[in-house]
Amino acid sequence: MTAENVTTSTRLQNILSNYYVRKILLSIVTLFGISILIFTIARVLPGDPARLALGPRAPEDVVEQYRKLLRLDQPIYIQYFYWLLDVFNGRFGLSLVTFRDVLTDIVEFLPATVELIIFTLIIDVIGAFSLGVISGRKPNSMIDNAVRIFAYAGIAIPSFVWAIILQLVLANWLDILPAYGRLSLGIEVNRITGLITVDSLLSGNLVAFADAITHLIIPSLSLAIGCIAQEARILRANLIENINKDYILNMYAHGIPSSIIFFKYALKPSMIPTVTIMTLDMASMLGNAFLVELIFNWPGLSRYGITAMLRKDLNAIVGVVLVIGLAYTIASIIIDLLVSYLDPRVRYKR
Amino acid sequence: MSGATVSEVKFSELEKKVKRENWRRIWFRFKKSKLSVIGLSMILILLFMAVFAEYVAPYPSHAGLYIAFKNAYKPPSIEHILGTDMYGRDVFSRIIFGFRYAFMMIGLVLSIVVPTGVILGLIAGYYRGTFIETVIVRLSDIFISLPPLVLALSIASILEPNIFNSMLAVSLMWWPWYVKLTYSMTVSLRNEPFILAAESQGASTLHILFRELLPIELGTILTKVTLDAGWVILIGAAISFVGLGAQPPTPDLGTMVSEYSKYLPEYWWMSLGPAAGIVLIILAFNLLGDGVRDVFAGE
Repeated sequence: MTAENVTTSTRLQNILSNYYVRKILLSIVTLFGISILIFTIARVLPGDPARLALGPRAPEDVVEQYRKLLRLDQPIYIQYFYWLLDVFNGRFGLSLVTFRDVLTDIVEFLPATVELIIFTLIIDVIGAFSLGVISGRKPNSMIDNAVRIFAYAGIAIPSFVWAIILQLVLANWLDILPAYGRLSLGIEVNRITGLITVDSLLSGNLVAFADAITHLIIPSLSLAIGCIAQEARILRANLIENINKDYILNMYAHGIPSSIIFFKYALKPSMIPTVTIMTLDMASMLGNAFLVELIFNWPGLSRYGITAMLRKDLNAIVGVVLVIGLAYTIASIIIDLLVSYLDPRVRYKR
Repeated sequence: MSGATVSEVKFSELEKKVKRENWRRIWFRFKKSKLSVIGLSMILILLFMAVFAEYVAPYPSHAGLYIAFKNAYKPPSIEHILGTDMYGRDVFSRIIFGFRYAFMMIGLVLSIVVPTGVILGLIAGYYRGTFIETVIVRLSDIFISLPPLVLALSIASILEPNIFNSMLAVSLMWWPWYVKLTYSMTVSLRNEPFILAAESQGASTLHILFRELLPIELGTILTKVTLDAGWVILIGAAISFVGLGAQPPTPDLGTMVSEYSKYLPEYWWMSLGPAAGIVLIILAFNLLGDGVRDVFAGE
C-alpha cells in the first residue's frame, strides 16, 4: 500500500468515526427502517389494497388487473423495491381524499404545520427557560410553588384537553382570540412560502401578520404547555443541583457577581438535560399536532393525515408518516448537535 | 438429622422475616412523600369505582345506548352532578364506566408490552456483540424513531376502529421502550463478577437472565411501568378522540370528549367532565410514579 493510500484510508476512517457523521449515517439507516415499517403496515396488515382502492362493487377482473398494476402479485421485497423507487421519485400515488397526487397535497399542507410547530417551539423555549430559571433561582418561594403546581397540571393535562379548555375560555368566553383557522374571513395573503406570517411580512401586509399571530396563539399554547411544564421542572432541578456544587462556591469566594455566576456558569451546564429531553417533547408535539389541528380546523399536514387515516387512504397515510418521520429525525439530529455544543464531554467521549 | 431440618425451618422463617422487613422499608420510603400517598389513594378509589361501576354510578343504565330526550342538555345540578348529554344521559355515570375502559387499557397494554420488551431487552443485552443484539436493538430503534402517537395512530388507522384494536396499536408502539431500558441495564451488568461467577458454575442462560439479572432490574422497570400508565391513558384517549378507537356509544373517556366536543361552547360541561376524568387518572399515576421512583432510587 502506498503512503497516499494509507492517508486517504485513515482520513476516511476519521470521517467515519466522527460522531456527527456516524449519527447522520445511522439516521439514514433508520429512515430506511421506517420506510420498511410503514410499507409493512400499509401492505401486510389490511385486506386487499386493490379492493380497498376500487371499492366493494368493482368487478373481480378489474380488481385483478389493478392488483397486477400495483405489483401485488409479486413477492413482498420486490413490491418494496418498486415502492421505494416510486417514493424517491416523489410518487406516493393518488390520495383517495383529495383525488390528487399525495406529494402535491403534502406540499400544500406542510407549511401550516411547520408554522404551527415553529411557533410552538418559540413559546416552549421562552416559557420553559423563564419558568425554570425563576423557580430555580428561588427554590421553595411562592413563585416556585406556583410553577410546581403548573408543572403537575401541564404534565397531567393532555394537549387536546388544553386545546378544548383554552378554546373555550380564551376564544368563546373571554372572546379575545379567534377560535378556528389560520386567518380571519376577508383577509387574504398571497402564497409565497406558505407560512402566512412570513408571506404577510414579505408582502408588507401587517394587518394579516397580526391576524395570523392571533390565530397561532391558542393552538401553539395547547401544544407547548405540557412541554414547558416538563422542561421547566428538569431545568429547575438541575439548576439547584449545580448551584450547590463546589465550583460555584469557589466563584462566590472570588467575588464574581452572582448574576454572572448564575447565568454564565450555572445555567449552561443545567441546560443540558433540558435540551436532551426536547427530543421527546418534539415527538409529542408532532404527535399532538394531529389532534390540535383537528380541533382548531388548522389546514395542516396533520389534519390531512387524520382525514386520510379515518378514510383508510393508505397512500396519503404513508406519505404523511414518512414526512413526519423525516422531520423528527432531522429535529433529533439538530438537538443532538445542540447538546454536544453545550456539553464538551459528549464531543470528546464519543 | 433433626438438626438439619430445624435449621432449615429457621432459615425459611428468617427469609420470611427479611421479606416482611423489605416491604415495611419500601412502604416507609413511599409514604415519606404525601403526594405519592395521595396518588395511590386516588388510584385505589378510581379502581374501586371502575370495578363496581354498576353500583357506584347513579344511573348505570346510561353507560351505553339510552335515550331520554326530555332530560337532554341539562347543566350540572344535584340530580346530575356533571349534567346530561344530548341524549339525556348522566355524564357522571358514563365517566365512571369510562374509568373501567381506562384501567382495562392500562392492564392489557402493559401486560403485553412489559414482558415482551423486558425479555427482548434481556436477551439483547446478554448476547451483546452478536447478531441477535443487532437485530433486536435496530428493530426497536426504528419503532422509536417515529413520534409514538403518530405510530400508534397510523397502526390504529389500518385496523378496524374499536377499543381492542386501539389497545393493540398502543402495544405495538410501546414495547421498544422497554427493550431499550432493559437492554441498557443488562449491558452494564453483563460483565459483573456475579454474572461471570454464575456462568463459570454452569448456570443456565435462563437462570442468569431471570434469576440473576431480572431481580436487580425490576425496581427500575416497575418505576417505568407506573410512570407509563398515565401515558397509556393519554395515547389511548388520543386515539379515541380522533375517532380511531372505541366508537360511541361506548363510554370511553376519549371517545366521550370527542363526541361531546361537537356541542362546545354552549354545552361545555359535557366535554369537560370526561376530560377531567382523563386528567384525574393521569395525575394519579404520575403522583404514584414519583413515589415509586423515590422508593427505588435509594437502592
